[in-house]
Amino acid sequence: MEKFTQLFSKCVLLPEENVDTDQIIPARFLKAVSREGFGDNLFRDWRYLDESTPNPDFVLNQPGVEGQILVAGRNFGCGSSREHAAWALYDYGFRVIISSFFADIFKNNALNNGLLPVQVSDDVLAKIFKTVNNDPATLAEVNLEEERLVIEKAGISENFEINNYKKYCMINGFDDIDFLINKSEEIKAYEQNRELVI
Amino acid sequence: MGKTLFDKIWDAHVVHTVEDGPQVVYIDRHFIHEVTSPQAFAGLKSRGIPVFRPKQTIATADHNVPTENQHLPIKDALSRHQVDTLIKNCKDFGVELYGLGHPYQGIVHVIGPELGITQPGMTIVCGDSHTSTHGAFGNIAFGIGTSEVEQVLATQCVLQRKPKTMKVQVDGELNKGVVSKDIILYIISQLSASGGTGHFIEFCGTAIESLSMEARMTICNMSIEMGARGGLIAPDEKTFEYIKGRTFAPKGAEWDKKLSYWKTLRTDEDAQFDSSYHFNAEDIEPMITYGTNPGMGIGITQFIPQVNGNSVAGLEKSLKYMELQGGSQLLGREIDFVFIGSCTNSRIEDLRLVAEMVKGKKKADRVQAMIVPGSRQVEQQAIAEGLDKVLKEAGFELRQPGCSACLGMNEDKVPKGKYCVSTSNRNFEGRQGPGARTMLASPLTAAAAALTGRITDVRDFYKD
Ligand code: SF4
Repeated sequence: MEKFTQLFSKCVLLPEENVDTDQIIPARFLKAVSREGFGDNLFRDWRYLDESTPNPDFVLNQPGVEGQILVAGRNFGCGSSREHAAWALYDYGFRVIISSFFADIFKNNALNNGLLPVQVSDDVLAKIFKTVNNDPATLAEVNLEEERLVIEKAGISENFEINNYKKYCMINGFDDIDFLINKSEEIKAYEQNRELVI
Repeated sequence: MGKTLFDKIWDAHVVHTVEDGPQVVYIDRHFIHEVTSPQAFAGLKSRGIPVFRPKQTIATADHNVPTENQHLPIKDALSRHQVDTLIKNCKDFGVELYGLGHPYQGIVHVIGPELGITQPGMTIVCGDSHTSTHGAFGNIAFGIGTSEVEQVLATQCVLQRKPKTMKVQVDGELNKGVVSKDIILYIISQLSASGGTGHFIEFCGTAIESLSMEARMTICNMSIEMGARGGLIAPDEKTFEYIKGRTFAPKGAEWDKKLSYWKTLRTDEDAQFDSSYHFNAEDIEPMITYGTNPGMGIGITQFIPQVNGNSVAGLEKSLKYMELQGGSQLLGREIDFVFIGSCTNSRIEDLRLVAEMVKGKKKADRVQAMIVPGSRQVEQQAIAEGLDKVLKEAGFELRQPGCSACLGMNEDKVPKGKYCVSTSNRNFEGRQGPGARTMLASPLTAAAAALTGRITDVRDFYKD
């Protein structure tokens, strides 16, 4: 996993609520056996009108829209557990998702892949939408070390929460498997001490 | 203070607690399938490590398989490669595979219970959100991502933060024509598609207890559709009766020992839940969804909500996609497709319900009706009971087992703009194929729609 400490970037706005993982990456693109290349089909059915014609109304196809931060409505990432959704967002180039609410499994998947979910209040989210709408060049700063989101133009300087363990992993580029493998003696001892279920 | 059933099972599986962080949770049973496992096995290979407890992982091919001619090589090259990769990985790592052609093959959440692998008190995970289905047996079952699949393969554990607990109690007697799918669609419509986020739900109450094991699975299956991590129902005599004698159920002295343990698996009287809800079974009508998330459901005779300032999130966009009018009724609307299948409603009781309703009748000409059993065993049972003939005579296509049009990964898709009454669990935009319009309902309501070609109140079939 790549390390993440701090990011300055413009924001891409997706003001929809309940963006589900079937929209992020439709099932018919889940046939790959590696983690790469899913970015091409990110938001496929919103991004294209048919097999190859880009939908000019969709935000990712609009000229001048760029940035590594995606800002989306409440309950982002609901639906299927497909980690492909996190891979697709990351592969496309996003490193941070800002929303007022994240679905549980998506949040875990994102954190396991170096994609930082930043949860803000509905008010702050609305402010971001408004400011970036007026000025797409608005810059946001995400500082993981300090757990801070700063968007000067919007008058936002907010703390966000992330548990210490996950923060440590992201800053150091560690993943959970390394951690668990180090616990294998403890796991074996646990197995020795129980019998009911196994 | 007492403990909830969820807390009891969870706490018994904690191996280690990270300070101000997640817990290391031991996993008893792990199911894998072709779509969310290849990258996890690739991870093990690149680390050069084996599967830690291969006997506790069971594999099947379901998401991406054709539902016709399963004896022939899969036509789509990418799908074939994905299924072949599963076969190879299972062989290389010593994992039991119930692949295409195996008598135990089927949708992962259908085969676990029917083989007796799913038991009370366990922790069960799978790289699929509907793993919550298994909770009907009084265990903790939840969906995980591929990185977590790799964790389980590597260490038989996952790192998780303990969810909160929620109690959803449904008391009373169900109206005629109302089945467990209607109960869960009703609950989700009341609590919204995110109402359970961060929680594990225990379903209880007389209406829940009255349900068969298969009907209970439908309830737990869709707990994820309200954002919950999972749902569970305390095991009782029906649970034990269902498990007894199944292929991998405990036998003899082992059975007695487990049974006495399973009987302890109940929420204590004085246990506290983080939140609680109560519903009356009498208030529930046959349900149907009109929108593009499972929270957008109404009773079959009700009207679609109007779009106005305080309407639910995304209503306008949903109705545009569905080409439906706020304030109108769904009842009587023409439909094009009926899909009976998915881990929500593809078990033998579902097929029996449908067969009973369509027996001696014909589907409407305008409708294409597809019925996809959840497993080979369900398929064989349906044939043994002669349901296949009843269904075929009524004009239904009976397919071979798999996830099929539930997610539209194989060629079973609903065409753009067409309306499909589906017994599956998700009505997201494009879920059943690009542009497909899904209306979720019970197998009864779906069968009735197939017969009339319209959204129909099944209770009309019971009049006189
Ligand atoms: S039937 Fe549908 S919901 Fe169930 S496991 Fe398959 S794809 Fe997932």
